Amino acid sequence: MDFSAILPAMPGLVDGMLMTLKLLLLGVLGGVSLGTLLALMRLSHNPLLSKLAGLYVNYFRSIPLLLVITWFYFAVPFILRWVTGEDTPVGAFTSCLVAFMMFEAAYFCEIVRAGIQAIPKGQMGAAQALGMSYGQCMRLVILPQAFRKMTPLLLQQSIILFQDTSLVYTVGLMDFLNAARSRGDIIGQPYEFLIFAGLVYFTVSFAAAQLVKLLQKRLAV
Amino acid sequence: MISIQNVNKWYGDFQVLTGCSTEVSKGEVVVVCGPSGSGKSTLIKCVNALEPFQQGDIVVDGTSIAAPQTNLPQLRSRVGMVFQHFELFPHLSITENLTIAQTKVLGRSKDEAIDKGLRLLDRVGLKAHAHKHPGQLSGGQQQRVAIARALAMDPVVMLFDEPTSALDPEMVNEVLDVMVELAQEGMTMMCVTHEMGFARKVADRVIFMDRGQIVEDCAKDAFFGDIHARSERAQQFLAKILQH
Repeated sequence: MDFSAILPAMPGLVDGMLMTLKLLLLGVLGGVSLGTLLALMRLSHNPLLSKLAGLYVNYFRSIPLLLVITWFYFAVPFILRWVTGEDTPVGAFTSCLVAFMMFEAAYFCEIVRAGIQAIPKGQMGAAQALGMSYGQCMRLVILPQAFRKMTPLLLQQSIILFQDTSLVYTVGLMDFLNAARSRGDIIGQPYEFLIFAGLVYFTVSFAAAQLVKLLQKRLAV
Repeated sequence: MISIQNVNKWYGDFQVLTGCSTEVSKGEVVVVCGPSGSGKSTLIKCVNALEPFQQGDIVVDGTSIAAPQTNLPQLRSRVGMVFQHFELFPHLSITENLTIAQTKVLGRSKDEAIDKGLRLLDRVGLKAHAHKHPGQLSGGQQQRVAIARALAMDPVVMLFDEPTSALDPEMVNEVLDVMVELAQEGMTMMCVTHEMGFARKVADRVIFMDRGQIVEDCAKDAFFGDIHARSERAQQFLAKILQH
């Protein structure tokens, strides 16, 4: 084992980590936004909306993420060509990002839904009684409380996504794991680089999980 | 001010309100009482359309709730409501609780809303707590804030849904004091409550409900004074709650 080649390879690895973090951040933002929308649909009194959202959630939770990533990689350019009528190259990054957002939205939807349902019903009544519209009730009263309650769960799901971003190697995107692996292959030290990558994933995820625990305790008070 | 006209309501097959009709005129204080499950909370929640009903109509200050073109949020903004469990917004400070609907619903400026909110907070004797969060106040204090929050909207009528039922006994009076003061100032009030002392003191009329029906609807003096002229059900109820 010779880990001395890792330091010179650092710039490439940092680039990979930045790609991973970019995917994570945008994926979580998009996933939470879409997930919140889905949750509101699922809780809606409109049977069509709630059925549609339920179908979406159950569908995406029943297929592997890897499949979604490859599927979107091929499907997104195809759909765009069909919509716009011309070739619109989207690239691996965009298609992966769309895949993450849509896949994670199914999981975030269930977290947000549980969060909303955990808020006592009277809060909605009180907000309505003050003359707020449904949108205002949700935006000003229910969702702020719900998000506070579910922050630990959202972060936990984000840690899972942090690890799952590594699946983008299938479509050739240079995330952290892919960067480490290819550097290792080129130099001829694949094991050292993979061990190093594993350590980094472990350190980041473990530290984040500890932070979540700490946060959970503070929010519980 | 409030006209309840033959309201019927069902939960599935179960009828919770049957042919409820009554009027509350401006400045009047009406106490609604009755055993639990008699539909009194449901009825008062129908008055600001928090509970839908299937038949009949309720007209509040000239606006019909059953009419499909009625803007319900706008109607509710003119009807103050106080709940059994206070329902202050726990993620907001007391000041924010008092101002959020003023600014977001009525479109008042922030300064105006804070000014009004703090004046009302002072009125219920809690000015010193403006910066706190609801969780830091006692139940009685929270309920007084809830009353101030409702008053901040300049309501034409106030609805109280068992405002003292969730309170520790020693906190009941501080809330009732605020309500008595409000009644004496001429506020139109409809109160679901078991506080017969409050009813005796300030009510103009008492409504007694049982099994979803309005059984008694009469002047306070008749209700408490001429007890033998009341229905058997009302007599039983009064005998139970006035015993001690």
